[in-house]
Amino acid sequence: MNGLAPSFRISKTSRFPAHPIAGLAGTSFKHEHLPVILGDGPKDGFFEVHAENYMGAGGPPHDALARIRRDFPVSLHGVCMSIGGPRPLDKVHLGRFKALVDRYEPALVSEHLAWSTHDTTFYNDLLPLPYTPATVSRVANHIDEMQETIGRPILIENPSTYVLFAESTMSETDFIGALVQRTGCGLLLDVNNVFVSATNHGYSALSYLADFPLAHVGEIHLAGHAEQADDEGDLLLIDSHDGPVADAVWKLFDIVIGRCGPLPTLIEWDSAIPEWPVLKAEAAAAQAILDHHADSHHLLGKAHAAG
Amino acid sequence: MPQDELQSGDLSHRFDYAEAFTAGLLDPGRAPPDAVSGPNGKAAVKRYAVYRNNVTVSLIDALAASFPATLRITGPDFFRAMARFHVRETPPTSPLLFEYGRDFPDFIERYDYARPMPWLADVARLERAWLDAYHAADAEPLASVALAAIPPERLADTVFVPHPATRAIRSRYPVVTIFAANRRDRPVGRIEADGPEDALVTRPGLEVFVRHLPPGGAAFLDRLMAGEPLGAAAAAAFAETAEFDLAANIAGLLQAGAITAAH
Amino acid sequence: MSTRSTVSAAFLAGAVATALASFATAAPLSEAEAKAAMDAGKEKCFGVALKGQNDCAAGPGTTCQGTSTVDYQGNAWKFVDGGTCTTMDLPGDRKGSPTALSRDIPS
Repeated sequence: MNGLAPSFRISKTSRFPAHPIAGLAGTSFKHEHLPVILGDGPKDGFFEVHAENYMGAGGPPHDALARIRRDFPVSLHGVCMSIGGPRPLDKVHLGRFKALVDRYEPALVSEHLAWSTHDTTFYNDLLPLPYTPATVSRVANHIDEMQETIGRPILIENPSTYVLFAESTMSETDFIGALVQRTGCGLLLDVNNVFVSATNHGYSALSYLADFPLAHVGEIHLAGHAEQADDEGDLLLIDSHDGPVADAVWKLFDIVIGRCGPLPTLIEWDSAIPEWPVLKAEAAAAQAILDHHADSHHLLGKAHAAG
Repeated sequence: MPQDELQSGDLSHRFDYAEAFTAGLLDPGRAPPDAVSGPNGKAAVKRYAVYRNNVTVSLIDALAASFPATLRITGPDFFRAMARFHVRETPPTSPLLFEYGRDFPDFIERYDYARPMPWLADVARLERAWLDAYHAADAEPLASVALAAIPPERLADTVFVPHPATRAIRSRYPVVTIFAANRRDRPVGRIEADGPEDALVTRPGLEVFVRHLPPGGAAFLDRLMAGEPLGAAAAAAFAETAEFDLAANIAGLLQAGAITAAH
Repeated sequence: MSTRSTVSAAFLAGAVATALASFATAAPLSEAEAKAAMDAGKEKCFGVALKGQNDCAAGPGTTCQGTSTVDYQGNAWKFVDGGTCTTMDLPGDRKGSPTALSRDIPS
């Protein structure tokens, strides 16, 4: 662990217990699973929520999240800050995000290297950006602004992309490395996104990982993807979050954890959501890999990160 | 490029990738932006279409999730075609998707293919109110003892503060009955209602309730929600219909948890 | 709005008293009180409580994923009679009509 996220201090006036998240596997939190989660015996693992789903004033979403937060570590995952966009960040949205962080004291806070709003339209998708020194500056300013607003570092997630920009002069890994250098942010490494983008753009996922600033990773995402074809009939992967994690992605995950030690790892499943036991089994599979490497890291004399 | 220049603001012309990229996201007739391609110059028609598809499908899905009775009434194919027109005409302006669809009922009212179902727009209005109530701020409903403590001579000037979740929806159609029949899994069958129905939507706890408003009830509640005192609101309701039953309406609003304070 | 002046203080006080009487929890409601509280019994028949539904609409999880659902846009769609509009039997001949819906989409 680089200690970025878990080093967040819980104040004495906390409304919630400080549940450690280090070395745990977790899942996306879906309201339909709440009763079975609460009645499910041992409280292990963690849950991640999309911040925007909890930006209403009150009602069942906040009740559900408060109940989950009492018993589990929670990761707050922003999906709409539009950090990668050319326009200034939405100050109202920033304020809502800060209020959520203050209210729920999440163990992890993350956002995307992408954009979703332009001018007055919200497109509800994670859209790509060109990688240039100019966009590094712009995105770094946005990350600085968000970190200053919420008063703690965030993790930035590498995207799944389907197109490349002609004007890009930097690799994605160099771009991400520059953001870390300039803002002190941590990283959320989405291993499925690495596999999807590598396939879509014809590079090696392993060499991407070799270039990725792994020392700054504070969380891992795993998810399922779907297969389509591009204009030339070649395989085009879609980051669909609607099924189990692919074997190739599990292998990459095993390699990453072997290098980094056990990092908090999330199974994302946001569409065609299965019954809780299916989701829980995916998390258990991730936990087994984390535990395996926790043991070997322990044997190697490194700090045992679990618990 | 100097750092302060980047931070100084109006340099968006230098960062026009978003302008070029969004141009075709809601317009399937447009070619992908020149600025993007696949690797090694591969074409980007299908690749760019992934983004357009994500935008379109996810926003249609958002409307489907927010308007489940409307969806059930029309069936998925009709609904998705209708929603697609709306998404392209009126995409969201807020990143909070539960705010999306405020203009959808009016769109349905104008939508040619929905004309054989003239009640459909009102069902959508009721569903939109339901979603507002679902996300509204939490508040304690007014206890009846608090109302009992107000001296009779002050009642006419007493202001009722509505619960943040409270909404009144008026309809020329049996909208509550149609809504209720289509927000359940059971078969719909024959609807034993004709004529207009007004709805009260509120959420005293964690459950959203939808009820009939009796005659004059919507006028009464509208005035209360506008901040008018009890006497003026009651007079307005009587002006609308002689059938207005003030005691029943006050009792109904209190019982529903639609009011949080009276002062 | 001259009619506003017609609601007297005494009338208001009486109405509030009647309304409050229906909340005397210890005593069973009289028939008149029950009627006053429930207004013709309609709330009981048709009141709808929906629990937990729709949190997907609170921002579908679609926001950080792609979708493998392909949007078959264009004029190729057909209206399938999959909804309740044709089975829902409303008084006054207000059924949905699939034939009226099969015209071409205006471009």
